Amino acid sequence: MSRFLSLAEAVESTIRDGDTVAMEGFTHLIPFAAGHEVIRQRRRHLTLIRMTPDLIYDQLIGMGCADKLIFSWVGNPGVGSLHRFRDAYENGWPGPIAIEEHSHAAMANAYEAGAAGLPLRGVPRLSRRRPAEGEPQHQAHHLSVHRRAARRRAGDPARRRRRSTRSRPTAPAMCCIEGIVGVQKEAVLAAKRSLVTVEEIVDDFGQRSLNAVILPSWTVGAIACVPGGAHPSYAHGYYKRDNAFYKAWDAIARDRDGFLAWMKANVLEQGPDAFAVHSRTSTQTARATDAAE
Amino acid sequence: MAYNANEMMTIAAARALRNSDVCFVGIGMPSAACNLARLTHAPDITLIYESGTIATKPDVLPLSIGDGELCDTALTTVPVVEMFRYWLQGGRFTVGFLGGAQIDRFANLNTTVVGPYDKPKTRLPGGGGAPEISSACGEIFIIMRQSPRSFVEKLDFVTSFGHGEGGDHRARLGLTTKGRPSSSPISRSSSPIP
Repeated sequence: MSRFLSLAEAVESTIRDGDTVAMEGFTHLIPFAAGHEVIRQRRRHLTLIRMTPDLIYDQLIGMGCADKLIFSWVGNPGVGSLHRFRDAYENGWPGPIAIEEHSHAAMANAYEAGAAGLPLRGVPRLSRRRPAEGEPQHQAHHLSVHRRAARRRAGDPARRRRRSTRSRPTAPAMCCIEGIVGVQKEAVLAAKRSLVTVEEIVDDFGQRSLNAVILPSWTVGAIACVPGGAHPSYAHGYYKRDNAFYKAWDAIARDRDGFLAWMKANVLEQGPDAFAVHSRTSTQTARATDAAE
Repeated sequence: MAYNANEMMTIAAARALRNSDVCFVGIGMPSAACNLARLTHAPDITLIYESGTIATKPDVLPLSIGDGELCDTALTTVPVVEMFRYWLQGGRFTVGFLGGAQIDRFANLNTTVVGPYDKPKTRLPGGGGAPEISSACGEIFIIMRQSPRSFVEKLDFVTSFGHGEGGDHRARLGLTTKGRPSSSPISRSSSPIP
């Protein structure tokens, strides 16, 4: 049964040193706030799984949290390289990182196999240096944690997540994802423990889109409410992808000192509340202020 | 009128697309080409991005394959597992776009490493969707800037299979799709942009 926790408590109780962790979200709903909390709690020796490691794993790798990366496309989408990953892999800074790579199709099928508890099937192997048959299944079965943001809000007909009222603090909680649904459902169902960060907590999801993904309470471990917590990724219907930040990251991460200074100011000396400025409520307030001016 | 080589390649790729095509669209030049075709001679073309967005009609070109714009304007959005399993591996695309850091004369592509795999000179992003795109799409259009460094005798790593060692290598592996057509994709065009 899922539990509502603060992000710090949720990370502390869910993720341990040496875990194999998938922080999924296919461009959409990438759990940056959770990644930052993992960095603040100084988790070490993680094996990180993501189809597209994205900025979130560039940050975790650059801060020395990971020993190994399992992925299918390691770049900054539409921009270029992930410089912190490359520095770790090519130069061993801040430490060496091992890699295991597959294709997107193999990774997606591996998550599905993990969710089903079945061997991986159906991925024709044509490229050279592909891993032996069965490896992706192994990887999926060893997912120990997954988190992603979900979102919902009272009064919005689309995409919500529901939880207990205050008067019924132990009532069932569930999560709802809409928009690009990615591989989050498969990742949660494949994991031994899971943490979901959400945009908001509502009493009723209301009307949902036809492809909405619902995770019942008994499939999710910890839930932490972190408005804006997917930034610079996005939450469909809440706030847009911050494409300008993805471009800016190229310069921030290019050299070690600049990266460390950014991480100190924006992660180590901050908390989950720092993401609130990116939330829909904050964005709407800013727009209203702009309009008034 | 001033234009650069990338823009001209984009135009050429757009002209090679048909109104009836179902395209697996990659970010960058392929995305620009596919949407140019849709907005000109191929209004009914089906564009699908690997984020699961089917028959999408973005008003602005996305930076990533998962921008919200793609989902907002899509006929439907399916899970990523379904995208690769039912739609790509299921053989429902007529055209897939690929590019790479290196290409050889048999249209095999490298997007993985320059130099040895275990100690690369440059680590590139890797395969992503490309290995299955190259085998499962009806045919492949390749858009990439050419140079002596990129057009090589032997790839440092084969990420996506073109025609392997040439001849009937695709058929011997059981691939029924064309790969890169032997003729220029431009010759496929029957619908010049008005």
